[in-house]
Amino acid sequence: MDNVKNEMKLEFSSRSANEAFARISVAAFASQLDPTIEELADIKTSVSEAVTNSIIHAYNGKDGIIKIHSRLYENEIEIEVIDTGSGIENVEEARAPLFTTKSSLERSGMGFTIMENFMDELKVESVVGLGTKVYMKKLIKTKELEAN
Amino acid sequence: MKIDHYIDEKTLKVYLTEEIDHHTSSIIRTRLDYEISRFRPKKVVIDLEKVKFMDSAGIGLIIGRFKVAKSYGGSLEIENSSDKLMKIFEMAGLPKIIDFKENKKEEVI
Repeated sequence: MDNVKNEMKLEFSSRSANEAFARISVAAFASQLDPTIEELADIKTSVSEAVTNSIIHAYNGKDGIIKIHSRLYENEIEIEVIDTGSGIENVEEARAPLFTTKSSLERSGMGFTIMENFMDELKVESVVGLGTKVYMKKLIKTKELEAN
Repeated sequence: MKIDHYIDEKTLKVYLTEEIDHHTSSIIRTRLDYEISRFRPKKVVIDLEKVKFMDSAGIGLIIGRFKVAKSYGGSLEIENSSDKLMKIFEMAGLPKIIDFKENKKEEVI
C-alpha cells in the first residue's frame, strides 16, 4: 500500500439536502487524483448511495450525524461513510439487488449494487443498535496508466 | 424541471434538469403526480437530457411514474437518457419494462 497522500474528514447532519453536499465535497477532494469524468461520476453516485442509506435507514428520518473519512493514495481513493444509527440486521440480504425495506418511499433496492459496480471494493460492517460503516475503494486508472 | 402539455395529443412532456437524488426526487414526484392526476395523459414523456446527476433514486422515480401513468390508463416513455444514466437504469432492468427513446434531434434541412 502506498503512503497516504492526503486525508479528510467530514461530519454533517442526516438531512437529505446534505446528500448533494457530501458527494460534491468528496468529488472535489478526489479531483486531486485527476480522475476522468466517468471515475468522478462513479464516486459521486456511490457516496450519494451510502449517505442516502444512512439518512433513510440508519436514522430513519431522525436527526443523526454522518461522518465521511477519505484518504487519497497515489492512484486510489478510500472513502468511509459512517453512521451511529440502527445498523443492518442482515448485511448479505441488504446487499442483494432489488432488496429494499422502503418500497413505500419508492426505493429501488439498488444502492449497494451500484456501489459494488461503480467502486473497486466495497465492505459493509454493521452492528444492530450501534451503526454502520461502509468502506469503498476506487482505483483511479488514468493515474495508474501514467505511472506505468 | 419544465413541464409541457401537448393537450391535442393527450401527451404530457416533462423535462427534468439538474440532479436526481433522494432529496430532489421527492419534490419531482409530488409535482409529476399532481400533473398526471390532473391531466390524465395517454402518454407521459420524461426527457432526461439536462440531468447532470442521478443515483438510484432515479430508478424508483421512473418506476413509480410508470405505475402512476398506467393507473390513469397512460404509458410512459423516457427520452434522451445519457450513457451514464442508462448504466444505472440497466442495472435495475428498467429497459425491459419501460420504453427508452434515443436522442431526437430535429433534422437540419
